[in-house]
Amino acid sequence: MTLIGWLQIGLLFLTVLIVIKPLGLYMAKVFGGERTFLSPVLGPVERGFYRAAGIDPDREQGWLSYTLAMLTFSVAGFVALYATLRLQGILPFNPQGFAAVPSDLAFNTAVSFVTNTNWQNYAGETTMSHFSQMAGLTVQNFLSAATGMALAAAFTRALARSKVSTLGNFWVDMVRATLFVLLPMAIVVALASVAMGLPQTLAPSVTATTLEGAQQVISLGPVASQEAIKQLGTNGGGFFNVNAAHPFENPTAFANYLNIFAMLSISAAMVYAFGQMVGSRRQGWALLAAMAVLLISGVAVVYWAEAQGNPILTALGVDPALGNMEGKEVRFGQAMTALYAAVTTGLSDGGVNGMHGSFTGLGGLVPMFLIQLGEVLPGGVGSGLYGMLVFALLSVFVAGLMVGRTPEFLGKKIEGREMKYAMLAVLILPLVILGFTAVSAMLPFAVASIGTSGPHGFSEILYAYTSAAGNNGSAFGGLSGNTVWYNTTLGIAMLLGRFAYVVPVMAMAGSLARKVKSPASAGTFPTDGPLFVGLLIGIILILGGLQFFPALALGPIVEHLAMLAGQTF
Amino acid sequence: MSKDHKAPSLSDPAILLPAAKNAVRKLDPRQLLRNPVIFVTEVGAALVSLIFLRDLATGSSETVFSGQIAAWLWFTVLFATFAEAVAEGRGRAQAESLKRTKSELVARRLIAGGGTETIPATSLKVGDIVVVAAGELIPGDGEVIEGVASVNESAITGESAPVIRESGGDRSAVTGGTQVLSDEIRVKITVAPGSSFVDRMIALIEGAQRQKTPNEIALSILLSGLTLIFLFVCVAIWGLAGYSGTVLSVTVLSALLVTLIPTTIGGLLSAIGIAGMDRLVRFNVIATSGRAVEAAGDVDTLLLDKTGTITFGNRMASDFLAAPGVTQAELAKAALTASLSDETPEGRSIVALAMGEFGIAMPESRFDAVIEFTAETRLSGVDQGERRLRKGAVDAVLGFAGIGEQQAPEEFRRAVDAIARSGGTPLAVADGPRLLGVIHLKDVVKPGIKERFAELRAMGIRTVMVTGDNPVTAAAIASEAGVDDFLAQATPEDKLAYIRREQQGGRLIAMCGDGTNDAPALAQADVGVAMQTGTQAAREAANMVDLDSSPTKLIEIVGIGKQLLMTRGSLTTFSIANDVAKYFAIIPALFVATYPALDALNLMRLSSPQSAILSAVIFNALIIVALIPLALKGVAYRPSGAAALLRRNLLVYGVGGLILPFAGIKVIDIAVSALHLV
Repeated sequence: MTLIGWLQIGLLFLTVLIVIKPLGLYMAKVFGGERTFLSPVLGPVERGFYRAAGIDPDREQGWLSYTLAMLTFSVAGFVALYATLRLQGILPFNPQGFAAVPSDLAFNTAVSFVTNTNWQNYAGETTMSHFSQMAGLTVQNFLSAATGMALAAAFTRALARSKVSTLGNFWVDMVRATLFVLLPMAIVVALASVAMGLPQTLAPSVTATTLEGAQQVISLGPVASQEAIKQLGTNGGGFFNVNAAHPFENPTAFANYLNIFAMLSISAAMVYAFGQMVGSRRQGWALLAAMAVLLISGVAVVYWAEAQGNPILTALGVDPALGNMEGKEVRFGQAMTALYAAVTTGLSDGGVNGMHGSFTGLGGLVPMFLIQLGEVLPGGVGSGLYGMLVFALLSVFVAGLMVGRTPEFLGKKIEGREMKYAMLAVLILPLVILGFTAVSAMLPFAVASIGTSGPHGFSEILYAYTSAAGNNGSAFGGLSGNTVWYNTTLGIAMLLGRFAYVVPVMAMAGSLARKVKSPASAGTFPTDGPLFVGLLIGIILILGGLQFFPALALGPIVEHLAMLAGQTF
Repeated sequence: MSKDHKAPSLSDPAILLPAAKNAVRKLDPRQLLRNPVIFVTEVGAALVSLIFLRDLATGSSETVFSGQIAAWLWFTVLFATFAEAVAEGRGRAQAESLKRTKSELVARRLIAGGGTETIPATSLKVGDIVVVAAGELIPGDGEVIEGVASVNESAITGESAPVIRESGGDRSAVTGGTQVLSDEIRVKITVAPGSSFVDRMIALIEGAQRQKTPNEIALSILLSGLTLIFLFVCVAIWGLAGYSGTVLSVTVLSALLVTLIPTTIGGLLSAIGIAGMDRLVRFNVIATSGRAVEAAGDVDTLLLDKTGTITFGNRMASDFLAAPGVTQAELAKAALTASLSDETPEGRSIVALAMGEFGIAMPESRFDAVIEFTAETRLSGVDQGERRLRKGAVDAVLGFAGIGEQQAPEEFRRAVDAIARSGGTPLAVADGPRLLGVIHLKDVVKPGIKERFAELRAMGIRTVMVTGDNPVTAAAIASEAGVDDFLAQATPEDKLAYIRREQQGGRLIAMCGDGTNDAPALAQADVGVAMQTGTQAAREAANMVDLDSSPTKLIEIVGIGKQLLMTRGSLTTFSIANDVAKYFAIIPALFVATYPALDALNLMRLSSPQSAILSAVIFNALIIVALIPLALKGVAYRPSGAAALLRRNLLVYGVGGLILPFAGIKVIDIAVSALHLV
């Protein structure tokens, strides 16, 4: 670890901190239906959409019809994307002449992009036509992100309002999230990326002559436009197979910086927007503080573990000064790889600039654990916020009784119904992750897909289901996931992780919205101070993380301890 | 909670022995199904018992280990049922004596053609009229429709002084099981047998028909959810371990499951609820449901009657202000004479003030005429020779003296204004046409009440004083007593409207009352406490009845409600925090044979894998017993703000819950290996 490394990490968090407030206030206006500085330009476009679709933007929906609209929209998105991939061979903009994507892979990929997971069981440059990348995957990058933001806005309204049955209008939230937030920011980031050297072309490839005089064909395409929304929408699905480790996706240190900044900014600002909308900015900051403590601890552990290097390699004569450089880009080094790894997994982004599977046991444990905590640090755009709010409600319920009152969060009483939905939601991750991992670990043909024997192979399976169920999309590497078993089960894991989680959460929002918002008094459990932040962190770790401890002990933990003991498998 | 009378000691064998018997009876799985956490524990215990029997039959080397695990899992279940049995047992003796009284009750029912028939009290119907004579027990709850009697209500209130019950008015309600001491009354039965006051009391004390309260249900859902998650984790571990070729036995998986699921709070949850109700009973308050007790903890606003709660019941004379040309002694003496035959508390306080502080000697007390106070004349007094002494409302006395309102001396008018502004009542005194001055009658605020209200404010509870006084008077007393708000010239409708308005704003309201006209407000309030001396209507509308009929009881009731919720929250936090240490005890033990490197996770350096697992299971069982006293007594409660309470309880039960099991499991492990148990 170096001072300059820490300064780089600190500088990034500082820049994010600076944009949180203005961006958060802007988004609060967007979801509050207020005028913004972009309204003169985008307002007519927005109204045009409503007219064309026959939507009355003032008609609000209850939780059920909001959720059904979201599900219908996601199913339609899945069908459109699946069809695009299957028909790729006869669709335009296919200069390399790629054939149709096989059905199980198309299923996996379509689910993956619709659920904002962006797990990729394919290599983009050798599988996807430009049309599939642009009209299929990039479109879903926008829409799945907007869906998350819409759901978060609906949940926020449930806590902001008193005694109402409606949570907003899904279609309006979708249009406003896309038009006013994602699109303008994506245009700016895409142009900046082009300026930094990312390709934005319809040409298939460029041929380069290497130093040895050999000819090398390097794939090209509309990379910049997809990269921008990949990060802003915490999607993470790269244009190329190696994702942000590819020089055309992530050419420079500054591009790397912009990558991380882009993925963090909307998610973090969404939390601030929540505080603004419920009338307590302090509450927004309190949630952000809990997220920041866990996320920065994650960065620190990865950085420390990787900088320590691998004693087994050191014993073989490898210079330990640079730490464990396996699977890392020399241009990014330890600090920026550690930062990227923690942020991409704390965030449900899933883009990578280094190979998590090549990290030390402990370094690889952190990304996995951050996903298992429920993708709330600060999580996917929108989805992180409602996930965090479920934890906040659980914290308030468990500890809130200790002040001698029925637990309340932002004036809403937390009772049996809310607890039921919260438990249904938090049940999903352990069920899906541990269930599929246990089954795969017992099935010989599933185990055959792993790339390494011993605990590391187990980690590959565990990471795959963790990433899928958490809608993260990053891979540990090593696992050959493009099989019918993994394509199907990972697809199911992604669906459950997104929709089986969000339906009870929305039902809870419906129940909360109907409750009267009681005023706070000296007897009310304070949820915006450091004590609550500490409590929230504890609850996230104990209720969200502890159940994965046995699985982690059998994977990355034992791997790390064995490495320290010089044992290999 | 200094008034903790009648609390039986926890180590009393009269409670422990039957509780132990009941604990075994409660092992019936059909009963345990109500409590999913303990039910799962019992299933685990049964499974491991089967394994033990198999090991015993095959002579396996695991026999000693699985036998001990099975035994401790059974102990875990038993300790949980024991906790509930002890909690129930504490109220049982009281319930038994009530039941005995009830079963012996007979009624003399009035029959159509006159005369009475004697029937068992249990066959009474609502609307029946019964005759109860001196020495007899009243057969059921009802209302006196004829006669007046003194009644001994000690069977329910514990108070031996008899009370008067008479037809009409606010003292007409009688309770079944109480004894008429004198005279004869006719009682109209208003409550069907089986739902009478005594029945409710028995049910409450026994906890038999105890319904889960809303918060208890929510907490049960959380605990069941956690149980489900850990059940799933333990099944999954079997598969996960299979990858590395480790085969985990049902014994260790059951042990892991039982230690991870929240058995501590799961085992103590119902005991906490029963003990909370019991605490209320010991405060001589009967609640109709546990829901009301919980609501008491949530109360935001207390509606308190001024009279009796904030001030002593009556106004007292505090000063004599003489009119111009009259000495204070002369006024005091006149006031004293005018009050000698006035038996009202106000009159007596004038006598006391004049003879005490002002040292006036006892005057001649033979009068030519005594004029009683009436609502029309609004004055009273005496005629004595030439003197015609009157005291009363200022305008009435001025009218009597024939002085126009504006003709009264400036000094007198100022004195009257000053008294009214300060919240007092001015009583003018005149001798015929001669105005002597004014007596300052004043509400005296109870000592210490201001501090109580400050405490409540720190807890986030607003106090609202309800009074029939005019707004000026009310404001003065309100500021002296330190209440947050007041409701002046309050009619029952005003009270109801105030409650509705507060509830609209999301606040929970508590109030107490005794009259029939309080009934709608009592029913509307989230916590309505009726006085035992109140009318049947008030007692029916309220969700609590205070047997001591003390209006300040409301403040204690709020404390009991809060303590109940706090105890639940603290033990839940403790139970969940315990899991960290248990993981560190059991996980390395499960896998250290496959991966020796995992011994690094054995932070407690437990002596062997089997000892680690057994120690964790033993700790998990013993902690339930260790916490029974806390569950029954409730966590320490001091009125303070939420932030301070949270900080304290989070430190004690959260951080304590993280650390304690590390030490506890280590100590048990030392004992287990010293005794060579595995």
